[in-house]
Amino acid sequence: MNQDSTKISLTNRSKVVSNKKMSFLESLYLPAIFKGMFVTMSHFFTKKATVQYPEVKRPVSDIYRGMHVLKRDEEGRERCTACGLCALSCPAEAITMIAKERLESEKHLYREEKYAAVYEINMLRCIYCGDCESACPKEAIFLTDRFVPSEVARGNFIYGKDVLLEPKDAPIDVSKRQTPEVLAFKKDKTQLHNK
Amino acid sequence: MFQVYLFLFLSCVALFSAMMVLLSKKPIHSVLYLTLTFFALAGHYILLNAQFLAVVHVIVYAGAIMVLFLFTVMLLNLNKEGQFPKTKLVKIIAAIAGGLLFVVLIGSLKSFDLATVSNPAVSQIGLVKNLGKTLFSQYLLPFELSSILFLSAMVGAVMLGKKDKE
Amino acid sequence: MDIQILYKSGLIIVILLLSLVIAMYATLAERKIAGFFQDRLGPNRAGIFGLLQPVADGVKLFFKEEFMPATADKFLYILGPSLTMLIALLGSAVIPWGNTLTIGNNVFPLQVADVNIGVLYVFAVTSIGVYGIMIGGWSSNNKYALMGAVRAASQMISYELAMGMALIAIVMMSGSLSLHDIVAQQHGIHWNVWYQPIGFFVFVVCAFAETNRTPFDLPECDSELIGGYHTEYSSMKLGFYLFSEYINMFISSAMIASLYFGGYNFPFINELGMSHNWLTIVGMLVLFAKIGFFMFLFMWVRWTLPRFRYDQLMRFGWKVLLPLAIVNIVATGVIYELFKK
Repeated sequence: MNQDSTKISLTNRSKVVSNKKMSFLESLYLPAIFKGMFVTMSHFFTKKATVQYPEVKRPVSDIYRGMHVLKRDEEGRERCTACGLCALSCPAEAITMIAKERLESEKHLYREEKYAAVYEINMLRCIYCGDCESACPKEAIFLTDRFVPSEVARGNFIYGKDVLLEPKDAPIDVSKRQTPEVLAFKKDKTQLHNK
Repeated sequence: MFQVYLFLFLSCVALFSAMMVLLSKKPIHSVLYLTLTFFALAGHYILLNAQFLAVVHVIVYAGAIMVLFLFTVMLLNLNKEGQFPKTKLVKIIAAIAGGLLFVVLIGSLKSFDLATVSNPAVSQIGLVKNLGKTLFSQYLLPFELSSILFLSAMVGAVMLGKKDKE
Repeated sequence: MDIQILYKSGLIIVILLLSLVIAMYATLAERKIAGFFQDRLGPNRAGIFGLLQPVADGVKLFFKEEFMPATADKFLYILGPSLTMLIALLGSAVIPWGNTLTIGNNVFPLQVADVNIGVLYVFAVTSIGVYGIMIGGWSSNNKYALMGAVRAASQMISYELAMGMALIAIVMMSGSLSLHDIVAQQHGIHWNVWYQPIGFFVFVVCAFAETNRTPFDLPECDSELIGGYHTEYSSMKLGFYLFSEYINMFISSAMIASLYFGGYNFPFINELGMSHNWLTIVGMLVLFAKIGFFMFLFMWVRWTLPRFRYDQLMRFGWKVLLPLAIVNIVATGVIYELFKK
């Protein structure tokens, strides 16, 4: 026996190519053609794989990493303090921000004394790794199960606060991403960012 | 009355395109004008109530022979100048040959008696049934002989096209 | 006499529009059916079920940039698609779309021209159909386009022969070249396909080849010749080429239905006990159902079979179909003589 017989096959569907002479029926090709037509016809009546996107959404995992959201706290104030850890942790360097000091009159708008006047994510650079979310000490940025819609110009993919910030009256639920493991990790005092 | 206008129109198209076959610079235009001439002639056949002849004319000449012509002209790339020598001698020979053909045509037209043609629109000879009956009874021998002629031409073409086994 | 001329002009316009509308929706049907064969849904966004998709496609083609290669033969470049469209529309003239309608004393046949050479007329139209493709391919001044044109010409000439031979067997049986007579003889269920199965097979295969449909789409051949003869075409000129393919499909389907499947005839035509005019209308609907089936067959085959290789195409045309058709003629003659009453 040669070595081929001991070869491991994954599916057992491989066939050895043979160049044997075709029988008369085979050389007519007609049975093969009708078989092929039958195969396509059977596909004609099968259930279609298409998901009609805007109306029907493909189910995604609970911890799906899609478009970002900048969260507000219970009183509707922005949580982000523009520390820059997300930008620093971003492997794709997609995040940029300009920090500004909070005025006395803006206390109801921003939770911390410093806030992000400009916060931009380049959605074309972003690789949706979720490192920004892990890095954030204020639980201000989260990845959600929303998709980034298509655009016709590259510039439109640089999302500012107008898109990223969660609307006051329609909070975006990110509790699904907060699995027990994640919560335990975030409370872990041995980790640097929780100290 | 309508038929007369149609006749005049078809004749004009036929003459114009026949002229353009000779006058156009590109060989491919000549071929296409020749095709147009054939179509005009097919129209004339229909005016003479010879529908079968008209359609066969289109199938054989426009549909098969001219396509092969077009095929050849396309592949040969005849657009380059100076492929045919145009010396004075060639021109004189061409003029004499063309003139002789013209004289022959005039002569044959002169001896042709126009009065023998009865009203062609009423004639039923061009219809497929009558033509078939005539062809397979009165002219059976010439018909079969011509088919042998075609067969020999085909065999000859195959012989020429065959590769030498050396 | 006058009312007949008026009627014929109206019929011509109706059939012309009908061919265009059917071809228009055939493009949608093609995409839908392709989708269904591939477990997709096909276009369904423009209008309900995507019914406005052909309109959207047409508008898109109209407004796309018109591009002409600098070295193209300007006149022939425009003539190519126009000729293709013209010849594609010519074929519908001799097809009997139904029996006669009798209104008062006037008899209106649902056929534009009942010429006594109907079959030959269709044959002539298909034989000159190659001009549009050849002219377009050559005038583009592009090697892929020329290659496609050359392939189209040799393919069409090769398959015309077998097609003509298949037709001869039909003509031998009916004893007439008029399509009206051929259809009328297939009254009820006496369809030619029962008597001419081999001829039917040869004719259908040749019809596929003549309309440049897969598996005979070598003139276009996207993967080898980019687009074949219409590589350099854009905008509505390209649209004409693509559109004429669907008109050709419609006419071919109508021809197959008329020659082999009894045209407007259907089984139990005498037992229904309807009036003549109603029978004509039902027959017309039956004919269109048959045409629809064959157009579906065209698409079905396209989305099932791969393309032939060029040498396979030539061998199949000359060494299989042509001998098969000739044997069919001989067999038809022998059987006809044996069983003649």
